[in-house]
Amino acid sequence: MNQSKKLGVQYLTASIVMMGALLLFGLLASIFYLKYGFLLGKLDFNIVKQVHINALIIACLWGFMGAIYWFLPDELGIETVGIGLARLLFWVFVAAVAVVVLVFIFVQYGSSDESGMWLVNQGRKYVEAPRWAAIGIVAVFFTLAYNIFASVAKARKVTGIMGVLMTTMVPLIAVYLIAFPAPTNMSVDLYWWWWLVHMWVEATWELIIGCILALALMKLLGTSRKVVEIWLYLEVALVLGTGILGLGHHYFWIGTPQYWLSIGGIFSALEPLPLLGMVVHAIYDAGKHQMKTHNKPAFLWLIAEAFGNFIGAGIWGFMMTLPQINLYSHGTQWTVSHGHFAFYGAYITGIIAVAYMVAQESRGIREVRGNAWKWAFAGLNIGMVGMVGALLVSGMSEAFIGRALGGSTLDGFMASQSNSWFMQGMIARTGFGVIIVASYFILAWDLATLGRRREKPSPALATS
Amino acid sequence: MTESSAAVFEPGAGDPRFWRDGAIATTVFMLLVLLLLTVDSLRVLTEGGGGNVPAYTVINQKITYEFDAASNMDKPVIGEEELLFGHRYSEAEAKAIMDKGKLVIQSRSCINCHAFFGNGAYYAPDLTKAWLDPTWEKMWMPMTQAKTKEEAMVQFLMHPDRYPTWARQMPNLNLSEEEARAVTAYLKWISSVQTNGFPAGFGRREVAR
Repeated sequence: MNQSKKLGVQYLTASIVMMGALLLFGLLASIFYLKYGFLLGKLDFNIVKQVHINALIIACLWGFMGAIYWFLPDELGIETVGIGLARLLFWVFVAAVAVVVLVFIFVQYGSSDESGMWLVNQGRKYVEAPRWAAIGIVAVFFTLAYNIFASVAKARKVTGIMGVLMTTMVPLIAVYLIAFPAPTNMSVDLYWWWWLVHMWVEATWELIIGCILALALMKLLGTSRKVVEIWLYLEVALVLGTGILGLGHHYFWIGTPQYWLSIGGIFSALEPLPLLGMVVHAIYDAGKHQMKTHNKPAFLWLIAEAFGNFIGAGIWGFMMTLPQINLYSHGTQWTVSHGHFAFYGAYITGIIAVAYMVAQESRGIREVRGNAWKWAFAGLNIGMVGMVGALLVSGMSEAFIGRALGGSTLDGFMASQSNSWFMQGMIARTGFGVIIVASYFILAWDLATLGRRREKPSPALATS
Repeated sequence: MTESSAAVFEPGAGDPRFWRDGAIATTVFMLLVLLLLTVDSLRVLTEGGGGNVPAYTVINQKITYEFDAASNMDKPVIGEEELLFGHRYSEAEAKAIMDKGKLVIQSRSCINCHAFFGNGAYYAPDLTKAWLDPTWEKMWMPMTQAKTKEEAMVQFLMHPDRYPTWARQMPNLNLSEEEARAVTAYLKWISSVQTNGFPAGFGRREVAR
């Protein structure tokens, strides 16, 4: 196995481990809604939530990087250029993330001046990491971009997929830098902050995972390059054609001009289109190959990605995005329902699919067998659908009671939070969360031991 | 077009380059539109620029939030002079206290429980119009025995653990008096931002609890 593939395995392993942290802190955060005064003054909700969402970002980034480093040598036919630096930076990255998490948990709050921003916490949603760490992330992105560009140059081969992937490196870095200054004026701050959050999650990342899944489909099902590339270009056109101005649905209420209500409403109503296209593509491919594959878990997780992306990001997003609805649904548990379903459906499922492909190939497994993956697949999907359903109940109660009836005041908010419909959803959410965590451990165990557990003779055989 | 659509399903027909060029054209066009809208939006968002965001010295004035039938939305209304902490802030002083307030808000990771303009977390109330919340006069002023709303806010922000509230309890984040005042000033300013009617009906509705 060459160095790039080894690095791919390392990043994917790290991503799966980070999903564990993500889930444990998520489960912990859910308990705050059930138990008054939980961990108050010790480990407050904001800190737990902060670790939860940062773990999500890191798990996704590591998953993408793992998949890219894994597929790159196959696509270009050469060892990735500059892989030594990339492998060194992997350990720097892991160590930096560990330090940031420890600082979040044990230092928690910095001073209210520049030093606090540099050393402890920038305190902006998703951009909490202190500035030193943020600069480190930029360095890692530049290295990734260098690895890709230099390898393409050396191989003298620009495939369509590589063309799209190279293009995504520009917004990946650019919008991250744009969101750095954090001006005092919150309206301006959020204007640029949304460029980062929306342009990453609803545009750049969608294209990165699109490239990764295109490579995966060619390998897994032997889909022809031409078909995959046409689909990818169509996806780029639709994702960016709807998503760039779809940014408008974040510009309804931050002080922006009123025309964003119409622009954001129209374009985000169109945003599910590319995701629907991917569902069509997946069903078409599955039918064409009669679901025959040597890696059933990877294949099913790919299908889960197509549906999860469409329903979680597309449908769940559209449901709350028209300004007339968003006026009440924005910033409630309704948002939380959409957020969980979308990140899971669009990214986590895709990373798991790649992880199964990598486990198979790196260990030379002819056919992926066993039942563990089925339990994990069923448990994670049922758990997730149950959880977002529960959150939707809570979110709708919150929107109707706290927002529409209560007018969003402290009184209205508290009335919504103590309403029994809201609480029922919260209890169910934690219940489904437990199912998700348990299924995650099955998944992690299965991925770790795949192709390794059969080789071990059972104790009964060994003694006989 | 029909021929190209068929290509999506049938390998062998169609030309990927058509789709590539289409993707590039779409992206470039949309980016140009976004850039134009961004220039206009930033003009409207600049504090004191005459758009939706008042200058920081608005903290010297009375702010209310009223329904405007013509535009069918709630809008902040800037009224006569109403000093904050009995002080008339100069432009420079107002800027300084806002800079501080924003950094306090960031350093204490406020938005991972609360939200501004609905962005953040949803464990605690949205703070967009917190300055205008009727509860300050109704409940917090008597509870903190403060004479003014801003003093009640400072008292609460410094010692939230002394005032447990219903379903949630805010932790003590060790704010100094200076920091608590800066956050209070920031909340007063942000309540003056015209937000296209979000949140709707703030302070004018009541729900049974």
